Amino acid sequence: MAVDNVSMQIDRGEVLGVVGESGAGKSMTGAAIIGLLEAPGRIAEGEILFEGQRIDTLSDDELRVIRGRQIGAIFQDPLTSLNPLHTVGRQIIDTIVTHLKLSQRQARARALELLQEVGIPAAKERIDHYPHQFSGGMRQRVVIALALCADPKLIIADEPTTALDVSIQAQIIALLRKLCDEHGTAIMLITHDMGVIAETADRVAVMYAGRVGEIGPVADIIHKPKLPYTVGLMGSIPSITTEVDELAQIDGAMPRLNAVPPGCRFHPRCAHAFERCHIDLPELIKAGSSEVACWLYDEKKPGKGPSVSRKETARKKKASAKAAEALPLVKVDGLKQYFDVSPPWLTRVLERSGRQIVKAVDDLEFTINRGETFGLVGESGCGKSTVARAIVGLYTPTAGTITYMPGENGGATAKERVAEFDDKIQMIFQDPHASLNPRWKVADVISESIPEDRVSADRVAELLRQVGLADADGEKYPHEFSGGQRQRISIARALGGEPEFLICDEPTSALDVSVQAQILNLMVDLQRRLGLTYLFISHDLAVVHHISTRVGVMYLGRLVEWAETERLFANPQHPYTRLLLQSVPDLSKIGMRRAPMAGEVPNPLDPPSGCAFHPRCPFVQDRCLSERPMSIEVDGTHVACHAVEEGRV
Amino acid sequence: MVAFILSRVLQAFIVMLGVAMIAFSLFNYVGDPISNLVGIQTSAEKREQLRESLGLNDPAPVQFARFISRTVQFEFGISYQQKRSVSSIIAERMPATLELSFVSALLALFIGIPMGVYTALNRNSWLSHAMLSLSLVGVSLPTFLIGIMLIFVFAVQLHALPSFGRGQVVDLGFWTTGFLTASGLKALIMPSITLALFQMTLIMRLVRSEMLEVLRTDYIKFARARGLTRRTVNFGYALMNTLVPVITITGLQLGSIIAFAIITETVFQWPGMGLMFIQAIAEVDIPVMSTYLMLIACFFVIINLIVDLLYYFVDPRLRVDRGW
Repeated sequence: MAVDNVSMQIDRGEVLGVVGESGAGKSMTGAAIIGLLEAPGRIAEGEILFEGQRIDTLSDDELRVIRGRQIGAIFQDPLTSLNPLHTVGRQIIDTIVTHLKLSQRQARARALELLQEVGIPAAKERIDHYPHQFSGGMRQRVVIALALCADPKLIIADEPTTALDVSIQAQIIALLRKLCDEHGTAIMLITHDMGVIAETADRVAVMYAGRVGEIGPVADIIHKPKLPYTVGLMGSIPSITTEVDELAQIDGAMPRLNAVPPGCRFHPRCAHAFERCHIDLPELIKAGSSEVACWLYDEKKPGKGPSVSRKETARKKKASAKAAEALPLVKVDGLKQYFDVSPPWLTRVLERSGRQIVKAVDDLEFTINRGETFGLVGESGCGKSTVARAIVGLYTPTAGTITYMPGENGGATAKERVAEFDDKIQMIFQDPHASLNPRWKVADVISESIPEDRVSADRVAELLRQVGLADADGEKYPHEFSGGQRQRISIARALGGEPEFLICDEPTSALDVSVQAQILNLMVDLQRRLGLTYLFISHDLAVVHHISTRVGVMYLGRLVEWAETERLFANPQHPYTRLLLQSVPDLSKIGMRRAPMAGEVPNPLDPPSGCAFHPRCPFVQDRCLSERPMSIEVDGTHVACHAVEEGRV
Repeated sequence: MVAFILSRVLQAFIVMLGVAMIAFSLFNYVGDPISNLVGIQTSAEKREQLRESLGLNDPAPVQFARFISRTVQFEFGISYQQKRSVSSIIAERMPATLELSFVSALLALFIGIPMGVYTALNRNSWLSHAMLSLSLVGVSLPTFLIGIMLIFVFAVQLHALPSFGRGQVVDLGFWTTGFLTASGLKALIMPSITLALFQMTLIMRLVRSEMLEVLRTDYIKFARARGLTRRTVNFGYALMNTLVPVITITGLQLGSIIAFAIITETVFQWPGMGLMFIQAIAEVDIPVMSTYLMLIACFFVIINLIVDLLYYFVDPRLRVDRGW
């Protein structure tokens, strides 16, 4: 049973957010509404009413007429949502003529209108293009146009922005809200991202292990959550506006749906659980303006519910003060990493095209001090992972030097450095499923990283305990662990050689928020105990804000700004940083409407001249088009921008 | 586009050169050409003289160059056994094989694809299960067994169809065809089914698995969520996308229909190139063997080229420039 006794109501024109971690049954609920449950899934019990009409009992053909016409849908990945063999125009027209009595010509005119409405530039030409000719953000716009093309009354949007970059995500959310306001369309917004919900939804339903745990107005859910799970969830979300020492942590993971515990499904992880929670399954009961399924709010047990606590402490201040005194550990100087992506020579000769070089990293300069966490943020394709790979020695830099411990070892080249400091530098990757050898026992995975003369069962057990796993876990295989536990194994493996410096490339991006909080807390804890230095790479500004002492912002292979975390987030200098920070959906921005950053990241094969950001920059002047800005220091912030330099911002 | 075709043609050329080298080396390494030409009584001097006059003492590259230049002029030498030029033997045998292969390919495609689509769309119907079980038979039974069984039932027991040969053929001058006479068509039935059966089941299974894959994709889910009709989703969206990868495999399979007609031709004594090849092997007829080798390679290369081009036309992702 994947979804159990879920009841919710969406009013006309309303945005209902449905949140929950992966496997909570959010998408399943959405699919059930439009009758797209995949076999062997079926609706075993309950009913779905649409405008008073029961729709779950309709035949497939009757339901088909409702799909698209009355209820539209948007899915997560715009790259795979469109048929690659048809032009976008044809796909829209197909859908229009299915539902509306229009001729091909009229349908085409309407398709064109729709494309213009969702903000596709040069829609007249673009209508005859194939999906692969559009960028991810543009494709999601096309998907929205497709969902809206018969003017449905409800749209089920399943993670509509998850696959997109922050600035594009903000554009899509704004667009979705605007269109639905104009057309009076209701939205069921399914997402795991509370920030998106905070900004978009009117009401929120929190799902856990196939059930609705709490449902209520968005402000109440975020500021006054009642269900202990929601409380923990809110506390575990890092924010760009508040500073906390440690994220609230819900231990454990959501139960698999074939092994749900008796009683309240959350009780094994709940700090407030009492006897009744172990036995009886709670139903939704009224509590203030919300409804919550928790025995704590039952009349028979009046008690004070849990509350969100965000303790402010001075961890980072201390750390950054210490780091400022410390010696630099890694110095990156003039790093360039180019990749040749030219087509074969015959094509080049015939089409008279030159070599194509992607400047993945172009002239990068920064230092990482001992004991600090240097955060590197940027949108996809900005070159942040390339930096990580260059530092760890997976690439030989095209130009520039990376120096490890510059004070003690003057200017070693990348290759020498790797040989000498092999054990001192380790890396943690994004996908914990792909980065562990599935055929090796965990103990073998970990002992591989320990220098040969020191390998022992005790050492492996010690490492496992260090990352919060049990000694016995060493005898298991990676597939027996959840995503979060696997990331712990990756960390244990990285710690095997007693490194000083860990490069973490999106270490929490594949994890759910509550698990992400566990991993982030673990990393902070390890840093404190082992005196580690981190290079933390992520696209998630909130996570970087939470964990880093200093932050660098990358755009198209260049570092546009770097400064201490607090300074950068409180007082951003570069226009890109400012816009990026504005784009981040955050819990504090309930119902906020804003103008998102325009444009998209340009093609790295053909970057704009001068300052790469100039096509999207509101402060652009002639100089930005021709001259590349150099990094200058303003009040401790390193920033590369003509406008800042000239005091125009 | 031009670059794409040119590079493919270039690749094809290199492949053909490689094959020609193997065909050429057959002459020198499979038996001695002189002993194949002359009788036992010929003296050693005579043999040496013949060797010299045929240029067999020249260095290998020179001989190879000569071989290539003759080959491109369609001069493949004289068959050791039949004492006729190989090109005329081939010209005589080729229509039989090509007609048989053509009919088999049509059968395989026009029965295999619909069956694959049906079994993918109606995964749980009894008919699908029946087709899948039957297809296992098609895949696992050797061709010659099927051929012999067909002969036993339809020729020996029922006397409905001829058990061997092409029947009456019409000579069009450059081509002999069995399509124009009733006996010719009748003779085609059993060999073509025998030859098609394996490919048919293979294509069916391939189409089925590809289509099931496609039906699981997001764009199909999204198309259904938009309320498009079942027909549009299944045929306009799913089938089209299924065919993209199917084209490649199917193309290669058609090549192997021609190449592996050998067994079927032997079973039915079909006077095609496969039968000719079997006889040539039995008699160590090197010129025939080497020519057949090059011809089949040539078919494969041409079919591959066509498949690549088709791919290019079906899939817009290869056709148009990426991104903006």
